[in-house]
Amino acid sequence: MFNQAREIRNKYIREEMWPSIFCTGCGIGNVLNYALRAIDEIGLDIDKVTFCSGIGCSSRLPGYIEADGLHTTHGRALAFATGVKLAAPDLSVVVFTGDGDMAGIGGNHFIHAARRNADITVICINNYTYGMTGGQCSPTTPGESKTTTTPYGNLEEPFDLCRLAIGAGAPFVARWTVGYPYETVNAIKAAMETKGFAFVELLVPCPTGYGKENRLKDARASWEWYKQNTITAADLRALSPEERAKNEKIVVGTIWHQDRPELTARYAEAVKTIS
Amino acid sequence: MNIIEAIGGRELFTQGDVACAYGALLGGCTFFAGYPITPATEVAEAMSRLLPKIRGVTVQMEDEIASISAVIGASWAGRRAMTATSGPGFSLMMEGIGYACMTETPCVIVNVQRSGPSTGQPTEPAQGDMMQARWGSHGDNELIVLAPNSVQECVDLTRLAFELADRFRNPVFVMTDGEVGHMREKIVLPAAEEIDIRPRPAPSTPPGEFVPFKAVKGKVPEMASFGTGYHTYVTGLTHKESGLPTTDNAEEHTGLIRRICEKITDATDELTRVEMDQDDGATVGIVSYGISSRSAAGAVRLLRAEGMKVSHLRLVTVYPFPERVIRDFAAPLSRVLVPELNLGQICHTVREALDGAAAVEKVSKIGGEIITPDEIVEAVLSSGEPVKV
Repeated sequence: MFNQAREIRNKYIREEMWPSIFCTGCGIGNVLNYALRAIDEIGLDIDKVTFCSGIGCSSRLPGYIEADGLHTTHGRALAFATGVKLAAPDLSVVVFTGDGDMAGIGGNHFIHAARRNADITVICINNYTYGMTGGQCSPTTPGESKTTTTPYGNLEEPFDLCRLAIGAGAPFVARWTVGYPYETVNAIKAAMETKGFAFVELLVPCPTGYGKENRLKDARASWEWYKQNTITAADLRALSPEERAKNEKIVVGTIWHQDRPELTARYAEAVKTIS
Repeated sequence: MNIIEAIGGRELFTQGDVACAYGALLGGCTFFAGYPITPATEVAEAMSRLLPKIRGVTVQMEDEIASISAVIGASWAGRRAMTATSGPGFSLMMEGIGYACMTETPCVIVNVQRSGPSTGQPTEPAQGDMMQARWGSHGDNELIVLAPNSVQECVDLTRLAFELADRFRNPVFVMTDGEVGHMREKIVLPAAEEIDIRPRPAPSTPPGEFVPFKAVKGKVPEMASFGTGYHTYVTGLTHKESGLPTTDNAEEHTGLIRRICEKITDATDELTRVEMDQDDGATVGIVSYGISSRSAAGAVRLLRAEGMKVSHLRLVTVYPFPERVIRDFAAPLSRVLVPELNLGQICHTVREALDGAAAVEKVSKIGGEIITPDEIVEAVLSSGEPVKV
C-alpha cells in the first residue's frame, strides 16, 4: 500500500493545499489515503465525484482532493449532499464528516439522510472529540473521559453511530479503525458500491485533542489503543457465547448490509409516469 | 410537458404563494427543497405538484436549515433552485444564506412574512422581516430583495429573481407576506413560445485555466457547475480567487468581501425597480413597499380626491436600497411617511438615505391586519403628530 502512495498522491491530491493541517499522530490523513485508494480501485471518474463536508478537522479533507468539493457549514454536509445528489443523480457523492459535525450539530440531518436513502457515501471520522477547537466533549466521547469541557470526566453516554445509522435505515453500515488499512479500503469500496446511503465510521486517534487528557497523547500509544480495544466482527463470532457476552471491545467490520430502494432511482421512476 | 401545460393554462385565478411557484418555473427553477410553514406552505405544495411534471426535483427536508443547504447543493449541481418559508424558518436559513453569499451561489428564497417575533401569529401578514432580510446573517454581505404587492407580481418577481440570482451569483429574496401570499387575483402567464429558459452558461475558459472566484464581468465570476470537470472547491472560509482557503490574510479577506458586496451595490441603479407617482407641488410623500403599497396608493387617491397634493414612491426592489431614487423623490418634500406592518424598519433606512432632507415618519401597524388607506390618510393629515393605528 505504501508503495502506491506517491501514485495516489500525484493522481488525486490538490498540491496547492499541501502540507495538510493535521497534527502528528492524527489518523485523518490516512482516511484520505484509504478513500482515494477505494475510488481508484473502483475506477470512479473523479470529474463525476463531489466531495461534501461540514466543519471540523475531518471536514477539511475535500480541500486536499483535486475534484469538486463543497466545504459547507457546521453539521449540514448531508443536507447539502442531498441537494447535490438529487439535483445530479449521475454524480457520486462522498461526504467526509466527524463525530461532532455529524452526530452533534448535524444529528438530525444524519438520521434523515439515512432514512431518505439517497445514494451517498458517508465517511464519519470519529475521534471522540471536537479537535479543531481544542478537544471538547463530543456526542461520541466515551463515558468518564476527560476533555476540556468535561474536566472532571464525561457524565454522558456516547452515541453508537453504527446502531444509530441502522436504526435510521441506512442499508450499509461498517466500522473500522485506521489501524486496519486494507479492511478500511474495502469497507469504503463496499460503501461506494452500495446503491443507497452507506455509512462508514472510522475510529481515528486524536493524540493532540482527545489524547492529551486521556493518557493517549503519545501517537504510538494512541494508535495501539485502537488495536487493543477493537475486535473484528469475524473474531467476535468465533468466540464462545460466554466469551461473546463478556466482550467489551468495540466491534469493527461490516455491521449491517441490507439493500433497499434508493431515492433518486425511485424519483426518476416516479417522474416518468407524471411528466 | 411544457411549463404552461404543467401549470394548466395561461390565465388563472390563484393565490400569491402558488403564483410564486409559477414564477419559479418560468424562471427556470427545477429544484425545490422546503419545509412546511404557514403561510408559505402552499409554495411547497405547488412545487411538489408541478416540478415532477417538468422533470424537476422536489424534496421536503427535515428543517429549514436543511432546505437552504439542499438548495445550495442543487445550485452547485447545476440547477436553478428555490426554497420558501416564513419568519421562523427564515431565521433558521440565515446560516445557509450567509454561506450562499460567501460562496456566491445563485438561489431564490421566498419569505411569506407573518407576525413575529418567534412563532407570533402564523396566519397573519406582517412586514417584520425586512431588516432581517438585509442584516440577518453574520458578517458583511449584500442581498437582492424584491417585494411583490400582487399575485401577478408574485409570478413576475419570482421569475425575475432567478435571472438576478444567476446574473449576480447571489441569493435573491422575494419578500411577500401572508396577505399577498394567500389572496387570490387573476394572473396572466406568458405563452409557451415566449418562455426562453437557457441553462447556466459554462465558463468561457477551460478547466486548468479557469479561476472560479475571479470576477470577469464587472465583479461577478463565472460559475462552473459540479460534474463538468472544473474541480471547483467551494468553501465558506475566506478564500482566494482559486477558491482555496486563506484565513489569515487581511488583504485577501478585504478584497473578497468588498467584491461580493460591491457586485450588488455597484449595480444598484440597474437593480432598482420602483413605481414613482409624483404630484407637482406636493410637500408630503409616501414611501411604501409590498402589501402596504396598495394601501398607500389607495390613500393617495383619497387625499387627491380631497384636493391635497401628495406623492408616492413604491419600492419594488427594496435592496440594494435605492438611495439616489429616494433622495430625488424626496427633494421637493418636507415630510415622508413610511407605512409598514412592523414597528418601524424601512423607515430607518429611508431616514438614513434622506439624512435630514425631509422629516421621515413611520406609520406602523402590527397585529395581523393590513394598514387601511384611511389610516394612512389620517397619518398624512396629522401634520407630523405620531398616529397610532
